[in-house]
Amino acid sequence: MRYLPLNDADRATMLERIGVENIDALFCDVPAEARLDGPVELPIHKSEMQVERDMQAMAGQNMTAGSAPFFCGAGAYRHHVPATVDHIIQRSEFLTSYTPYQPEITQGTLQYLFEFQSQVAELTGMEVANASMYDGSTAAGEAVLMAHRVTRRNHAVVSGRVHPQYVDVIANLSDMGGFGLTHIPPTVQGAEDLLSSVDENTSCVVVQNPDFFGSVNDYTELAEAVHARGALLVVVVTEAVSLGVLKTPGTMGADIVVGEGQSLGNGLNFGGPYVGLFAAREKFLRQMPGRLCGETVDADGKRGFVLTLSTREQHIRRDKATSNICTNSGLCSLAFSAHLSLLGGNGLQHLAWLNHEQAVDLAGRLGSIDGVKPINDTFFNEFTVELPQPADTVVEALAARGVLGGVPVSRLIPDGGFENYLLVAATETCAPEDMAAYAAALEEVLS
Amino acid sequence: MSAVKFTKDHEWVSLDGDTATVGITAYAQEQLGDVVFVEMPEAGKTVSQGDEAGVVESVKAASEVYAPVSGEVVEANPELEDNPALVNQDPLAGGWFFRLRLSNAGELDGLMDEAAYKAYIEELD
Amino acid sequence: MSEKTTFTGHRGLELREDLIFEIGAHDRSGVDLAPLRGTPDRLGGIIREAVDLPGLAEPEAMRHYVRLSQKNHAIDMGLYPLGSCTMKHNPRLNEKMARLPGFADIHPLQPASTVQGALRLMDELAHWLKTLTGMPEVALSPKAGAHGELCGMMAIRAAIEARGEIERRTRVLVPESAHGTNPATAALLGFSVDGIPAGDDGRVDLEAFRDKLGDDVAAIMLTNPNTCGLFERDIIAIADAVHEAGGYFYCDGANFNAIVGRVRPGDLGIDAMHINLHKTFSTPHGGGGPGAGPTVLSERLAAFAPLPRVVAGKSGLELVEHGDQTEGRPFGRMVAFHGQMGMFVRALAYMMSHGADGLRQVADDAVLNANYILAELSGTMTSPYSGPCMHEALFDDTFLKDTGVETLDFAKAMIDEGYHPMTMYFPLVVHGAMLIEPTETESKASLDLFIATLRDLVASATAGDTERFTTAPQLAPTKRLDETRAARQPVLRYGSTEKKQVRAAE
Repeated sequence: MRYLPLNDADRATMLERIGVENIDALFCDVPAEARLDGPVELPIHKSEMQVERDMQAMAGQNMTAGSAPFFCGAGAYRHHVPATVDHIIQRSEFLTSYTPYQPEITQGTLQYLFEFQSQVAELTGMEVANASMYDGSTAAGEAVLMAHRVTRRNHAVVSGRVHPQYVDVIANLSDMGGFGLTHIPPTVQGAEDLLSSVDENTSCVVVQNPDFFGSVNDYTELAEAVHARGALLVVVVTEAVSLGVLKTPGTMGADIVVGEGQSLGNGLNFGGPYVGLFAAREKFLRQMPGRLCGETVDADGKRGFVLTLSTREQHIRRDKATSNICTNSGLCSLAFSAHLSLLGGNGLQHLAWLNHEQAVDLAGRLGSIDGVKPINDTFFNEFTVELPQPADTVVEALAARGVLGGVPVSRLIPDGGFENYLLVAATETCAPEDMAAYAAALEEVLS
Repeated sequence: MSAVKFTKDHEWVSLDGDTATVGITAYAQEQLGDVVFVEMPEAGKTVSQGDEAGVVESVKAASEVYAPVSGEVVEANPELEDNPALVNQDPLAGGWFFRLRLSNAGELDGLMDEAAYKAYIEELD
Repeated sequence: MSEKTTFTGHRGLELREDLIFEIGAHDRSGVDLAPLRGTPDRLGGIIREAVDLPGLAEPEAMRHYVRLSQKNHAIDMGLYPLGSCTMKHNPRLNEKMARLPGFADIHPLQPASTVQGALRLMDELAHWLKTLTGMPEVALSPKAGAHGELCGMMAIRAAIEARGEIERRTRVLVPESAHGTNPATAALLGFSVDGIPAGDDGRVDLEAFRDKLGDDVAAIMLTNPNTCGLFERDIIAIADAVHEAGGYFYCDGANFNAIVGRVRPGDLGIDAMHINLHKTFSTPHGGGGPGAGPTVLSERLAAFAPLPRVVAGKSGLELVEHGDQTEGRPFGRMVAFHGQMGMFVRALAYMMSHGADGLRQVADDAVLNANYILAELSGTMTSPYSGPCMHEALFDDTFLKDTGVETLDFAKAMIDEGYHPMTMYFPLVVHGAMLIEPTETESKASLDLFIATLRDLVASATAGDTERFTTAPQLAPTKRLDETRAARQPVLRYGSTEKKQVRAAE
């Protein structure tokens, strides 16, 4: 077998050196009733060629975003990733390396983590960022737990315009951990009253920007009000590219910022692996979950990097750790960082404006279709349209016509009267002909 | 200066009137390695003997610091915030952790004196 | 000791590399973008100042990252004997399959009718995992091992709550040798953690364990094979005992590589077990992720499996994404979307390549390689337990007594010999622990050289050549790094303003 270097002669020699008859002797501690006599009931080994054929067949049953006019968002966005990025993450020394616990021989990983942390802090306008979480939703959950620790309170207030699945993740952690949660019922537009739910037990208020329905918000006033009540403001960002143009959560007064970094360097991948961004004020540093990479010097005075402040983490603090997280999103954070290094600050800003211009264009085209009503006053690269019929059947009909026309809000919020709402995203990857095809198909479906 | 007493968790406590000063021993700081951070109780907090009062962190470990006697915390050592190394350099004096207003002087009788503590740590090694 | 200095600071092929902030500029870029049209915006004036981040042209970026990569050790370069990490070869077929557009370029919220192949792959992976473990249900969504632990323990908590016993059952039993994620996970869910002592044979002391049981026990969290590399002989008795007490059995599956295809955890009585796809099933470690931790569940827990679930619907496979769409009682959702699809593709490619027969051979060779190392080093290094090990060999630091060399120094000297050190100081129950897991993808020649090297190091240490150890590493890109300084004066980003004064005494 191509992954197994030992041959039978090796095995025999080694068994002899160990001093046992056969390999079964080394499994002597397994209770007799649990020993399997032979292989389990699954197919036997296959060559590369055979596996490729089988998997190509499975892959061929999927309609790829690149093969159709594509407008899905709702927390995962299709952007162009430069070929360089994929090449970098496939270098052996990055792909097959381990967590940098031995810093002298993992300075490559540690340096890019330091660069990643620095980039995330700048993007979010915060003082310090960690070396990544699994994804945006789990980062949001951890942010709420951190707010409870910092304020020594136990109740979170979550906006109805945070990504519903993120809310589910926060709710699950709260439920299981014995914490309280107030989730404001979702509304697409209009002022949202968060402050009435904030009391002396509230550790944090959680909002999203741009919000789940696409609107852009300035939370500066909210931050002040939340702080006046002794609580923290947690801001969620599901589209990292938006940070290239929008006022940063840090400038607005956020205490913790979490986000999904998938948009940069990482493809759609049907939902994972993604990369969670986590940034906070420096005064809360010791309560931050996740790994942190810090700068130091070696015995010769040469600059180097190490994982630091590890005493917050599970391998030292065990049941008193700030989180149970161990593995994070190494390679995905490298992809994010490399993509951002290629773009540069001005490049990211340009990319963000391109995205916005695309969305403005598309909103105009769709809005001119009878019965289609774009709702948002403000948006970045995603907005909500109201249709005259249920959005899920419209989306199916569009798919049948070879257009992936967005995400029905009802997929994520099944109750509450959102059936006719559709979330539409446009990135730099949409060509004018894609938008024209979409508009034409939509018009046809609705007629 | 009154005699210093020691606990099995390697804290020392010295009494001045009804104010007890608490720190960790030379043995403890050596076991921990370079101290990087100290978390201490706030003034006004009441602790009972044996309660977890704070945490001392080194690069590779974190250890709870327990209250050797009961009382109300008067102050924590302000120097340790910027200079945790003091715990390694001067554990029995400058590296003190916090001061308590004693509520039960009798509790000191149950603790080890210097000779007993020395014998105790010799047995540990 | 003198070292040749150079003008550039480079040393032959070992090239130094600055930070992007020192090389790049915010107006430089390696990406060509279409020009802007100047369309009036709809941003509401909520606009930031310039993004102060450096950009690099493509050639510079490539050099930057290639140079950084050269400072890393990796499985592709040599044996990486980290215990319980299972640093096996990462097949490139996995990478090729994961990059097929049909898997990589699909959105998680596309209509199910447009992604039947993806759902089929998830279903197929679930089938392999359930069959290999002998368990009826699997939750695919956890994003890493620790996340899978959380999943399993959440299912257990949900089951206890459903029985109305959550106020009473607050205690979780965890061996002292457990990985730190175990107690951390239990604590996250509000349980108190109670230690189970080990016997002299390195396994759970069954009588002491039975004494700890009571009707306030929610669960036991056990690793099997355990973190000392030993199979828990009494595991069925342990499972029976905890079930009798009304509790549940969580198994940490980090060491599944030792028994895959040979033993089904379901036959041992476990209720939940996470599987590290980045360990047993060869998905790459990536310098710290991404991982994946699908969690298999017993009949007792199956109903509580989290969302989403892949099920057979009227016209193909469907995703159940809301609690009221299923008869089960999912405890909730652990993550947005569906889990680490990219890792599912890689793991399935690996499973299909090995097949049932090959996976069994994997466990055999993994256990053989570890025992070979244990046997060959038994005269040289000291181990706390006797008898064969499973897939990893544990040593303590008794053999270094009075040499002036600590486990840490021993490990750093291995770096100069071209090896990534083994796991050190874990498990905590053994003094100066050294845990070696070679995996099945090491050749005999590779093992022989490793063994000879350790013999040479031990000989040096006992002969008094302490300098070889205390000054190590000498040949790595950096010498030992000042971790105290990094913790006392954290500098966590470029341009940090929190640079504290360096204390002269340090």
